[in-house]
Amino acid sequence: MPRLRFAFPAGAGRAPRSVIPGFRLSLGLMLLYLGLIVLLPIGALLLKAADVGFWGYIAIITSPRTIASFQITIATAAAAAVFNAVYGLGLAWVLVRYEFPGKRLLDAMVDVPFALPTAVAGLALTTLFAKNGWFGAPLAQWGIQVAYAPAGIVCAMAFTSIPFVVRTVQPVLEDMEPELEEAAATLGASDLTTFRKVIFPTLFPAFLAGTSLAFARSLGEFGAVVFIAGNQPFRTEIVALLTFIRLEEYDYAAAAAIAVTMLGLAFLMLLVVNAVQTWHQRSALGEG
Amino acid sequence: MAAPVNRNRRRVGDGARTRAVLLTLVLATTAVALIAPLAVIFSEAFARGFSAYAEALVRPDTLHAIGLTIITALVCVPVNVGFGIAAAWAVTKFSFPGRNLLLAVVELPFSISPIVAGVAYLFVYGGQGLFGPFLQAHDIKIVFALPAIILASMFVTAPFVVRELVPLMMAQGRDEEEAAVSLGANGFDVLRLVTLPNVRFALLYGAALCNARVMGEFGAVSVVSGNIRGQTSTLALQIELLYQDSHVLAAFAAATVLAGVALFTLVAKYLIERAERAREERAPPRRPGH
Repeated sequence: MPRLRFAFPAGAGRAPRSVIPGFRLSLGLMLLYLGLIVLLPIGALLLKAADVGFWGYIAIITSPRTIASFQITIATAAAAAVFNAVYGLGLAWVLVRYEFPGKRLLDAMVDVPFALPTAVAGLALTTLFAKNGWFGAPLAQWGIQVAYAPAGIVCAMAFTSIPFVVRTVQPVLEDMEPELEEAAATLGASDLTTFRKVIFPTLFPAFLAGTSLAFARSLGEFGAVVFIAGNQPFRTEIVALLTFIRLEEYDYAAAAAIAVTMLGLAFLMLLVVNAVQTWHQRSALGEG
Repeated sequence: MAAPVNRNRRRVGDGARTRAVLLTLVLATTAVALIAPLAVIFSEAFARGFSAYAEALVRPDTLHAIGLTIITALVCVPVNVGFGIAAAWAVTKFSFPGRNLLLAVVELPFSISPIVAGVAYLFVYGGQGLFGPFLQAHDIKIVFALPAIILASMFVTAPFVVRELVPLMMAQGRDEEEAAVSLGANGFDVLRLVTLPNVRFALLYGAALCNARVMGEFGAVSVVSGNIRGQTSTLALQIELLYQDSHVLAAFAAATVLAGVALFTLVAKYLIERAERAREERAPPRRPGH
């Protein structure tokens, strides 16, 4: 009986260059799981969206409410990413360069947003920023409203994406050679100039990768945002929520079309992040 | 690993004033952005004393939600650990065309919004979905029931274990496994006696993260579960239901359970990292340059 492996190009069915057993079993399990759990639903979503047809898709996506929700989501996600770029860089710097009591604890705290469920984060942030909350009350005196306003969406998105910039910048900052800074200092550069001309350019690829990850995560955030946003169409309605609302209205065509657009946006961000990371790795190698 | 901070050299930003300003700014922001949200959960939950907290927590619908959440985690975490080991084994012990593409597919759920994941699952198993008519004809209920909650949770947590294992197993290479095979060990013995002991901390941490995310998943589960009170409402969904019904104390009481799981996960991470450091100090890495 002909063996199946000969039907494939050389090496595709064999365990290539390895005496270790289990290639087919482990790869088979991986493909089965990915196929059933990840690729099947994505395929079904694409299929459903294809039902709508090109013009149907355009009509759904260009409806004023959809466009408004995309504008709100992208603008707030960008604001959250900018906050985290600044705060994350500062946090990474403090964690790598300074010694102070509680440093270990602070380092552990960075991961809180990843471990804390988004619904819990949303509940906590809403309470903090409500009119009688710890932060909401003083802000209200200044006439600033955060909860149930676009600023609340930014807070929720910023909270859930805090770890990204810190965790991508931290290792690069740790590996940085002191000689570079010393050379700059010998040439008479001030701290600020050295940071601007030597340190930041080295950090930049990692910094950009982390910031884009934070932005990408914010685009899809749902749990934390729905609590605090107030969810008013044209004002504080994010795309994820609009998708959810279309489903509840049994408007499956619109839900599919909007979901596929979000999927496309996620793929686009993935490409950007990958390109930045490749650049980051290449520049890290270049630094030696 | 982190290079030790060299105290003998003066580096950029080491000036006393820069240090003080930066530290103050970062710590103040951390207090506002990270500590306050955690603190407010416990402060609100215990605002009316411990007995009120306990009473608010043990509502029948909340207990049901806790049970549902635990069942989901009991299924999802072991399956994802198994998948994670198989996937990491395939991509790190062998080189084959398309390996990087597979790794990229594994990471997909991280970049996809949980809402999109939920919608996608509806279009597979829901009434309007790919298998909907078939499932209805055979009276199999997946959507708006436990199976869909489990499937959606698996989707969002699929990458967790793989992501912890792959970099470590990549760095460890294949030498030890190859030696074991040449001594006559079969695949499962190699896995059990050589590979897994080497990566046990990463595996534990991956499982802990996966568990925290499964228990706290909100978006994907809220789409596919139908969020029926006392029936298909997981703990994260129950928090929202309680909050909407103005049972604020009960919502915060339920939130402390998930916050507790999160804190437990972080403590586990801290302990695991400490154990890893201790192991590295006992046995310095074998590979030069690392």
